[in-house]
Amino acid sequence: MGKQENIADLESLLSLDSEIQSRVAPRWARKAAAAAAADRFIPTRAGMEWDKANYRVENCENGEEEPKKTSSGREQALKAGLLSNGCVEDTEPSRIIHYAAKAPPAPPSGYVNNLRVLYTAQGHTAAVGESSRRAKTTRHIPSAPSRVLDAPELVDDYYLNLVAWGANNKVAVALGATVYVWDAASGGIVELLTLEDAEDYVCSVAWLPGETGDGHLAVGSAGGSTELWDVAATRPLRRMDGHAARVSALAWNAHILSSGSRDSTIVHHDVRVREHAVGSCVGGHAQEVCGLAWSPDGTMLASGGNDNLVCLWSASQTGVRSQDATRVLSDHDAAVKALAWCPHDRNVLATGAGTADRTIKLWNAQLGSMLNSIDTGSQVCALAWNPHEKELLSGHGYAENQLSLWKYPTMARIKDLKGHTGRVLSLCVSPDGSTALSAGADETLRFWDVFAAPGNALLKAKKATTKINRLNSGRPLSIR
Amino acid sequence: MATTTKTISLSGSVEIVREFFEFSINSILYQRGIYPPETFKRVAKYGLGMMVSTDEGLREYLGQVTRQLDSWLTSADVQRLVLVVTGVDSKKPLERWVFAVKTDLGGGGKENSTNAGPKSQKDITAEIQAIIRQITASVTFLPLLTEPCAFDLLVYTKKSSSVPSTWEDTDPLHIANGTEVKLRSFTTTIHNIDAAVSYAPED
Repeated sequence: MGKQENIADLESLLSLDSEIQSRVAPRWARKAAAAAAADRFIPTRAGMEWDKANYRVENCENGEEEPKKTSSGREQALKAGLLSNGCVEDTEPSRIIHYAAKAPPAPPSGYVNNLRVLYTAQGHTAAVGESSRRAKTTRHIPSAPSRVLDAPELVDDYYLNLVAWGANNKVAVALGATVYVWDAASGGIVELLTLEDAEDYVCSVAWLPGETGDGHLAVGSAGGSTELWDVAATRPLRRMDGHAARVSALAWNAHILSSGSRDSTIVHHDVRVREHAVGSCVGGHAQEVCGLAWSPDGTMLASGGNDNLVCLWSASQTGVRSQDATRVLSDHDAAVKALAWCPHDRNVLATGAGTADRTIKLWNAQLGSMLNSIDTGSQVCALAWNPHEKELLSGHGYAENQLSLWKYPTMARIKDLKGHTGRVLSLCVSPDGSTALSAGADETLRFWDVFAAPGNALLKAKKATTKINRLNSGRPLSIR
Repeated sequence: MATTTKTISLSGSVEIVREFFEFSINSILYQRGIYPPETFKRVAKYGLGMMVSTDEGLREYLGQVTRQLDSWLTSADVQRLVLVVTGVDSKKPLERWVFAVKTDLGGGGKENSTNAGPKSQKDITAEIQAIIRQITASVTFLPLLTEPCAFDLLVYTKKSSSVPSTWEDTDPLHIANGTEVKLRSFTTTIHNIDAAVSYAPED
């Protein structure tokens, strides 16, 4: 019975009496309607969708070969119905218009799409301004140091800042009571100074920023004095007192040298004038100040102390005797030595604290709000930003003594670099921003090519390093 | 029809669609980095944090376009709204965000039979939310725009529509060898919006 009904259905379908339901009117019907509206077809090239027309032609070859024979209404309707389900949707003619006045122009050239960060993890093109547009795969991060220097008698003290890499491409290292200057371009080593007092030792070094020649180095000592040295002449230019205990941290802001001390104060020295102590920060910290960093725009000084506090000081009050901290950030649970200002986003400060806390925290320094906090699982001794990519490098203590590379702002761990057998005491970045230098408690300095420099800078850096390697190949390297 | 009393009125539907266009255009401009992110402010809408431009010139431009869209939506003249992203230097269209509009004023013809029945504001919002989420997520598959970009809004209207003199005919700016990704759609029962994005292949 059912079979017969089916046959009946089929027959009624096959006969052209019944109307075929279709979403789109058959072509002949449309043609008739169009003919009624106008007597000829005038093509407008702009309005014709060539891609679709081409698609249509290519996909309808079988049907269109013999158009005269197959022009029955049923087939036409079938074809129209099939096509309408596929690619062709707007059979209605349309006019494409836009508002004559243009939208305001895109931002000025040199603007870098902020989404670049999203893509660097996926190996997409990292476009930096106009310079590089070619596709680049995810850069290789070598897991071994490119070179290792011995640094005997490097004091294993969390609170000191014993290495500095200046804009002049020279590395200053304090070993005990002596400061050596290692030229990264030539590999040459100069002994700059040795403190005379047997009890005395160097606690901090800092290069005057932005110099190209031999430069000037600020040196803080255990005796509480801060000295400014002319490296070309290997002689001290001036001695600036003002602290009752050792000077553990130094930071430059143009001609202002800020020194942090175990006596819990920070003093601003104007190195140009006779009365050098132009201002001080007294009330902020209660214990030793071990981390100091001026923001890249020079408007704010961040200080970290053994009292677990991070204080922010405004540059506008630098000349004031015992200025007040603009903000006190008290979220860390251990001494804060690692401080680094983000070179990519204004007012973003990264801080890392000691063994009891083990976190890296990111702050908006303007608002004093914490943006992110991650537990690293280990003492954070040093932090350095990648100048080229939004990445943060941290140096750690027990148990792995590793360097960790983090993606900012997600703070996802990219890579751990292991090699130090003692905790990492300090980190600095080369002036070209391609290499990070870590000073470890195992009395070694290790150079890591973790920050790839974009385009030409990378090539130059490579040439420079190969040059150094050739010069020094074969003999063991030591800082003295 | 009995259902028409409960369904959204035409003006209400136009309002919903226009608002959706405004927010999705702002969202695309923000997500694709066509304007710097600091010129956007966050506004709560559709249960999401939406980024809306604070640039005066841009707001003025979008205001002009959406006001005109309003009247075209009411008269059922709009077939598509297309946001084309072009490179400023290369002049090539790089991305094409297509919002196909189907208007059903005739009290439920056969085409719309699947959408029969009233639809609550909540359902519509949920559908819009899904599209906005897809726009936000699109950065994961769209190629990075490496050069400074500009955008243009194309409107496909009926041949018979009345067009003010401030509007002019334009090229459809199709992308050669583009890849098309269909996004979700939403319907107010009067207006049915299908979204899609096509983009130029990476070289």
